[in-house]
Amino acid sequence: MARAAVLGRLSWQLATVSALIDETPAVRSIELDSPAWRGHRAGQHVDVRLTAEDGYQAQRSYSIASAPEEERLVLTVERLDDGEVSPYLVDELRPGDKLEFRGPVGGYFVWEEALGGPLLLVAGGSGVVPLRAILRHHRAVGSTVPIRLLYSARTLEDVIYRDELAQFTDDDGVEVHFTLTRTQPEGWRGYGRRIDPELLEEVSWPPSERPLVYVCGPTAFVETAASALVGLGHEPARIRTERFGATGT
Amino acid sequence: MVDEGVATLDGNAIAGLLADVFGEEMTTATGTCAACGASGKVATFAVFTRAPGAVARCPACASVLMVLVTIREITCVDLRGLVSLERRPR
Repeated sequence: MARAAVLGRLSWQLATVSALIDETPAVRSIELDSPAWRGHRAGQHVDVRLTAEDGYQAQRSYSIASAPEEERLVLTVERLDDGEVSPYLVDELRPGDKLEFRGPVGGYFVWEEALGGPLLLVAGGSGVVPLRAILRHHRAVGSTVPIRLLYSARTLEDVIYRDELAQFTDDDGVEVHFTLTRTQPEGWRGYGRRIDPELLEEVSWPPSERPLVYVCGPTAFVETAASALVGLGHEPARIRTERFGATGT
Repeated sequence: MVDEGVATLDGNAIAGLLADVFGEEMTTATGTCAACGASGKVATFAVFTRAPGAVARCPACASVLMVLVTIREITCVDLRGLVSLERRPR
């Protein structure tokens, strides 16, 4: 027992960067090769730690973008210009570099098929990252739980995983709705405003269907979405939220 | 602009720190506020991560529930703001 407990303990480990994918001008996906990785649940995250030559350490939490079924662990990171960690991860990291991390961590903002649905996923900016893991997991296990995703971004250029999200069709049981809050391209057929109760009511399942709701984004976005959903009659206990530092939605 | 370490977050942000301290996943544990009696999952606590530590406040009344400060690899944990912190076995 004691030995199992020690092995189960969270410890820092090193992964090798195997690939880098530019998602948007400010967002990059980092594919990691980690022999010691013991798997994760869709929606979990990892802590990443950088150590400077003088020993100064900075640590941040990043959502896992890949499904548990995928071979490689993928993180998607948005550059915050005055951040300590994200500019390095987005601009400086190269394939073959080592990255120190621990995880997976978190157990609240997690979806597994046994939890059922229908699912309403609400993303602000890079809040779409853990929801991508949920969408990929949903597909990997062949789940029939219906999903609606509402994704708010500033411009079309800022939409992360744009091609992948555009490929979801009714056959997948996944409906994707975008709202672009700053500029919309000509002929844009999605929404063109910040989320509000009317928009959420149009996109979401009626409260009578008791959807399970996941909201992830900057703190102000999450507060707006969660209180609007409660105002529309959704059960607070079925709304799971995850907040991160301010970015654009 | 807000620094990525300063903004108001929630308990999800300290999942790793709590797992390190308690040796278990703690964000799905239920904490009860000593000041107002509200109870909720640790993941829903309002969290401030301004260095050198993390402070978790009650989302209902803003009282301080948990303070975790790590200095030279040693983490000091103050849970005086909680009446209870209960975790169901997996």
